[in-house]
Amino acid sequence: MADQNVEWHAVAKASELEAEEPEFAKVGDTLVCVVRLDDGIYAINDVCTHEFAQLSEGFVDGCEIECPLHQARFNLKTGKCTELPAEDDVASYPVKVEGDDVYVGLPKG
Amino acid sequence: MSRTDTYVVVGAGQAGGRAAEAIRGAGFSGRLVVVGAERVRPYERPPLSKQVLTGAAAPDTAFLRAPDYYDEHGIELMLNQRVEAIDRGSARLTLAGGETLAYDKLLLATGSRVRRLALPGSELAGIHYLRDLDDSLTIAKALRAGARVVIVGGGYIGLEVAAAARKRGCAVTVLEAGDGLMRRQVAEEVGDWYADLHRRHGVEIVTGANVEAFEGGSRVQAVRLADGTAYPADLAVVGVGILPNVELAADAGLEVDDGIVVDACGRTSDPAIFAAGDVTRHPNPILGRRVRLESWQNAQNQAVAAGRTMAGEETPYAQVPWFWSDQYDVNLQMVGLPDRVDRLVRRGDPEGGAFTLFYLKDGRIVGANAVNSAKDIAPTRKFIETGAKPDPDMLSDPETSLKKVLKAAG
Repeated sequence: MADQNVEWHAVAKASELEAEEPEFAKVGDTLVCVVRLDDGIYAINDVCTHEFAQLSEGFVDGCEIECPLHQARFNLKTGKCTELPAEDDVASYPVKVEGDDVYVGLPKG
Repeated sequence: MSRTDTYVVVGAGQAGGRAAEAIRGAGFSGRLVVVGAERVRPYERPPLSKQVLTGAAAPDTAFLRAPDYYDEHGIELMLNQRVEAIDRGSARLTLAGGETLAYDKLLLATGSRVRRLALPGSELAGIHYLRDLDDSLTIAKALRAGARVVIVGGGYIGLEVAAAARKRGCAVTVLEAGDGLMRRQVAEEVGDWYADLHRRHGVEIVTGANVEAFEGGSRVQAVRLADGTAYPADLAVVGVGILPNVELAADAGLEVDDGIVVDACGRTSDPAIFAAGDVTRHPNPILGRRVRLESWQNAQNQAVAAGRTMAGEETPYAQVPWFWSDQYDVNLQMVGLPDRVDRLVRRGDPEGGAFTLFYLKDGRIVGANAVNSAKDIAPTRKFIETGAKPDPDMLSDPETSLKKVLKAAG
């Protein structure tokens, strides 16, 4: 996603993000799940595509997050759904860190 | 496997539906037929005692797939159709109409049926059981505001119906034979917490209730206990467990032991025949024993494993058993199948409405009941899978994330 197509929003402090402990941020109406993994910080949409549940309440296992409600799984780096009962992917958002601020790039408009 | 092979799935419930998807997904390119006794395409049952009863969700949200899915994937659904017999010698099924259907491989996902009470008055109108979509729609219609509903059985089904009935403005009594609610499913203190929850919502809970008869003319008017107490009823709902539909397999001479006996990949004692879901007794390598499970997880994932294996992708099923129940605004999740337990550790505050009770044996977590604490389930499952020993003080401290407790346990 090119920078000009996204709007950057500060959603967390890098120093406060613990490895594999997801954090939740609300940007407008969009719920975002932010997670620090071994090789960086990643952000995906926080709402499971199966039934309403927040993925940030879920469990991080490697580079996947498991929904707390019915154990659907999504890749934190790509948003790809990897386990039933969900079938659709969640959106994945670009992340940049400036100083201690973690920014998430959401589509404009 | 060849393009001309025919694979048949018997049973179009959640397990049958997921198994068929998995067979195709694993690359099977021959004819694939799913035979189902019900009139509708495969659906999952959890909403039937929850959102469908309360009206919070349309019944069609329960379907696994859109109607077009089956045509698009070359899956033939033969609905409203019962299989009467399996002739293993000629590899043919006999259908209820007398027609036959040849198979190269067969998967049995015949599921379960409700256990029915055989008491005086059992045949009266207005006595309901809840298993399929039509049952759910019938009960939903009967739950009119002001109706007196007597529920026999204080397990998941009975209590979910109780919660739905209260939401619809019915007067509700739950009659449970045991000395507490959900005794087979959860720890006593969790069952007691639920009894309080239901009482706060206006449900009358009667434990130690030995139901002796249904009374009434043509319709049920009361449910009577052995001690003579009669509870007036406009309708009764009975939820006293389910029985696996093993007859088809047993009659065909397959090995059956309270469930069709299968290996970790879903194979029965006949290599051409697989079985999936509620009806199977399968080995669970994490628990170290054979189990028969009545759960959504098993109906989906064990069926996927069996389906893949049948299509040539050897896939053992190995998951920690997991169950859930929704009553009012409380989500209960259970993980593990603890048999012997020597310690319970509580995390969180029951008074505050969210807590988890861990079952420990020899310092290891063997199960948990999580009340409005769904996020505790995945790390608990990790503990069960790895056998890691948690520090009980860390475990009981809600301020310490379970991820940390897990890491500390190595």
